[in-house]
Amino acid sequence: MYDFTYHRASGVADAIGKVNAAAEGLFLAGGHTLLPTLKLRLARPSDLIDLQDIGDLRGISVSGDGVTVKAMTTHATVAGSKEARAAIPALANLAGGIGDPHVRARGTIGGSISNNDPAADYPAAVVGLGATVKTDKREIAGDDFFTGMFETALDDGELVTEVSFPRADRAAYYKFKNPASRFAIVGVFVARTGGGVRVAVTGAGPCVFRVGEMEEALAADFSSDAIKDIQIPEDGLNSDIHAQADYRAHLVNVCARRAVDAC
Amino acid sequence: MAENGIGARSLRKEDARFLRGTGNYVDDINRPGQAYAAFVRSPHAHARINGTDTSKAAAASGVVGVFTGDDLAADGVGGLICGWMVTDKNGENMKAPPHPALAQGKVNYVGDHVAVVIADSLAEARDAAELVEVDYEVLPANVDTDKADAEGTPRIHDDIPDNMSYDWELGDAAAVDEAVRNAAHVTTLEIVNNRLIPNAIEPRAAIGEYDPASDGFTLYTTSQNPHVARLVLSAFCAIAPEHKLRVVAPDVGGGFGSKIFIYAEETVCAWASRKVRRPVKWTADRSESFMSDAHGRDHVTRAELALDADGGFTALRVVTKASMGAYLSTFASCVPTYLYGTLLAGQYTTPAIYCNVKALFTNTAPVDAYRGAGRPEATYLLERLVEVAARETGRDPAELRRKNFIPPDAFPYTTPVVLAYDSGSYEAVLDKACGIADYKGFAGRKEEARQRGRLRGIGFSSYIEACGIAPSAAVGSLGAGVGLWEGAQVRFNPTGSVTVFTGSHAHGQGHETTFAQVVADKLGVDFDNIEVVHGDTDKGPFGMGTYGSRSIAVGGSAIVSACDKLIEKGRKIAAHTLEASESDIEYDGGAFSVAGTDRSMSMGEVAFAAYVPHNYPEGLEPGFEESAFYDPVNFTFPAGTQVCEVEIDPDTGEVEIVKFSAVDDVGTVINPTIVEGQVHGGVTQGIGQAVLENGVYDGDTGQLVSGSYNDYTMPRADDVPAYDVEMYETPCPHNPLGVKGCGEVGAIAAPPAVINAITDALGTENIDMPATPERVWQALARA
Ligand SMILES: Cc1cc2nc3c(=O)[nH]c(=O)nc-3n(C[C@H](O)[C@H](O)[C@H](O)COP(=O)(O)OP(=O)(O)OC[C@H]3O[C@@H](n4cnc5c(N)ncnc54)[C@H](O)[C@@H]3O)c2cc1C
Repeated sequence: MYDFTYHRASGVADAIGKVNAAAEGLFLAGGHTLLPTLKLRLARPSDLIDLQDIGDLRGISVSGDGVTVKAMTTHATVAGSKEARAAIPALANLAGGIGDPHVRARGTIGGSISNNDPAADYPAAVVGLGATVKTDKREIAGDDFFTGMFETALDDGELVTEVSFPRADRAAYYKFKNPASRFAIVGVFVARTGGGVRVAVTGAGPCVFRVGEMEEALAADFSSDAIKDIQIPEDGLNSDIHAQADYRAHLVNVCARRAVDAC
Repeated sequence: MAENGIGARSLRKEDARFLRGTGNYVDDINRPGQAYAAFVRSPHAHARINGTDTSKAAAASGVVGVFTGDDLAADGVGGLICGWMVTDKNGENMKAPPHPALAQGKVNYVGDHVAVVIADSLAEARDAAELVEVDYEVLPANVDTDKADAEGTPRIHDDIPDNMSYDWELGDAAAVDEAVRNAAHVTTLEIVNNRLIPNAIEPRAAIGEYDPASDGFTLYTTSQNPHVARLVLSAFCAIAPEHKLRVVAPDVGGGFGSKIFIYAEETVCAWASRKVRRPVKWTADRSESFMSDAHGRDHVTRAELALDADGGFTALRVVTKASMGAYLSTFASCVPTYLYGTLLAGQYTTPAIYCNVKALFTNTAPVDAYRGAGRPEATYLLERLVEVAARETGRDPAELRRKNFIPPDAFPYTTPVVLAYDSGSYEAVLDKACGIADYKGFAGRKEEARQRGRLRGIGFSSYIEACGIAPSAAVGSLGAGVGLWEGAQVRFNPTGSVTVFTGSHAHGQGHETTFAQVVADKLGVDFDNIEVVHGDTDKGPFGMGTYGSRSIAVGGSAIVSACDKLIEKGRKIAAHTLEASESDIEYDGGAFSVAGTDRSMSMGEVAFAAYVPHNYPEGLEPGFEESAFYDPVNFTFPAGTQVCEVEIDPDTGEVEIVKFSAVDDVGTVINPTIVEGQVHGGVTQGIGQAVLENGVYDGDTGQLVSGSYNDYTMPRADDVPAYDVEMYETPCPHNPLGVKGCGEVGAIAAPPAVINAITDALGTENIDMPATPERVWQALARA
């Protein structure tokens, strides 16, 4: 990696101050994306602002409305939280299926959604449940947060502080894993809430997206049969050595049905 | 059985240090004053170098030297060699392009070595490496093995037309033509044997150290054969004369063949240590390993198997294109020839076989021996053909094999492709495998799976391999540049403990345990009082190293010979001390006794007498140590049958290996736990090749697409089932232990068993490896 200046922020305000003072500062959360990127010399920040000492950014709270996960909460914590699991089992299951135990012990929800890897799992839950992302300066609706491949609505130096997931009547996530990385080749989050049905797809395209046709069909009849003939177009889907676009399009249907069956 | 002797499940001596993290790997070694090397590597698959400017790098912080190919050439450092001369079908020598350790004017694959930067710290070396300015003129890349010799494909080496190193053949083409013409049925297959990237846990590493006082070098390196490394670095690379070069290969964390070869990095580190007068260390990072370790396999083959009306095999024709990568690596040329074509008889009596191999250069990392080396490619091809032939002719795949097996009374059996098999019990092994695989119950399991919506299939692989590599005269006549014997030295210490030096090298195989068991058994010495030493050219005799499942068959046999010499010497000492005639001394399990009496002397007492020879046979040398060199009279021929069962999810194409049964005949088993471990590891690698692993270069740019674990799928524990592994022991008749070798068994046998099972489940003729979910889904869509 290239040289950088390392800081530890003591609180949210301190983190924002330090990142604004830096020429090209980046927050460091679990480091499971950022550190490999630095080691491969693919990024060259001037400063890293480590968030690990900020106690205010850790923890899970459950209310009648839903589950709020603070940005620095690890995937293992979410997966292991009895309260979160009781409130939204699909969310805890999703977190428990990310990477391997090492990754879950370090990786955080804030890092995952801020990075917005097209194959990451959490974006499917954020959009699938219609969550709200809170930052140091505003609230962003889940639907508006993910704007493109590795791109989000965050401004430079804006810090995600927490994500609030509403409860769902029924919800499940089904992930078809990339055999090598075990990120999602396709992951589909299906949820039925007071606000209707949501079907959010990660892995298949450059960025998480919803499948309106499936949502409508499921609103009318919440069963996997109702969507068995809904094939999404392959245009614009990802193609790589593991899966071409046509296969991904097919898997969206399979994963969606399996998610519905698991609801 | 002696406690911890031959056949015992002794616990591995080496595990205490490995499991506690106290192993000593090259990267654990740090020499005083050490500097660090970073290699500048080609970002292009194929490019001319019009100029290299190292001035900025040389001026950077901490840099103590920057060198290019010109600097090596100016010092007379020779290029990397290929040590096996293959003669093509016209009697001409293979074409071996120059392979400079650092490029001279051209780069030929992504990761090819352009320059080296040496600095006080690794970070400084890497920073400065980015400052080396190389003026590349990018050329079109050639990465497709099947098209490498086609017209219009970019030529890699100016004076090698058609990118062809050699066009080699073996067998009787006319007899095969005739048999194919007269056949009742001919099964034809086109098969790709996918490129594999080795992925040892420990990446390659080297420390070169020059000592001005002795004018000698020490090279610490991750080698499977330190003596061979020393020989090549001395004789061909001209780093130093052999007696001035010590090569140490300490604990090595896996090799699978990739650490046999002599690479650019260790050559440069050794040479540069004299230039900069400091030890020079390099440890590959994982990206470098993917790019620059020698890869394996990469064949494209068209083959035909001819059958008579009764299902008897009458002929086999095989035409293969084998990628060599951009250069010929150390043993690359023998892999798709003498380790491949010669194995095409398999376990069968096929009377006529013809094999043609074109070895082609592509803009990819060099391809060389990888666990199994040639034999997996032969086995895959043959066992796929046999399975397809069974389906096409409506025969049971086990019965078709049985019908064509070489019968037990036919040994020694000379195949139409040169080898003389020494022993084998193929039918008995097949029967045992069908038993543990519950072949009879398969139809029921298939039906039960169908009711769950899953497609179940079964596949066989009855494989043979030529191991215990190899009789020196035989390989010499085929072009090998070396003999393939092994050396050993067994030394009693005066207090009765034993130090064993071996030319074999262990990098995960457990030799320190297995070899100690052999010595404990032979000499009656307590297992805990035996130390096996290897991996240092300054300790013990010259040795050829470990590959080709040769260590116990050749290295172990050398140890037995040395033990036998000690027993003979001990007999003289015991006769003298016990005042008996030598012919009356009986030796058994570590004790010499006078026949018919209770007078006896232990091995330890004999050893002590040899070191304190106060009362000693006249004329007999004192001391109690013996050396031996063992050159095998033949290859060994491990064989077996492995049976795989899969279930396929027809919605996604996912394949689950649900049952894997193996019966392997590796001759005498010294340590069953270690042998089973070798089979488990090999089978897992074979499953990896069959369904997961694929070395992929981009067809246009020649970039390595599968250059990290994000894209190169290594098998994980949850990808494989618990294996049912059993042995069937037919001792090898020509070595003293009756051993055959077990290291490559699984990697050789498993791929066709898996693919036969998958195609059985799918009802298709073929699917290329790796049978990824996408490929299986595509095959289902076609079916
Ligand atoms: C081997 C491996 C396997 C993995 N498998 C999966 C998988 O299956 N599914 C999956 O979804 N993910 C997977 N991941 C990714 C992992 O889940 C991490 O969550 C992810 O890397 C980012 O989280 P982090 O805490 O490590 O963030 P970091 O790496 O520390 O940061 C990532 C980026 O986000 C920024 N950032 C971090 N926190 C904040 C914040 N609070 N506000 C604003 N910006 C912030 C950083 O500046 C950086 O740019 C895997 C990772 C590895 C190494």
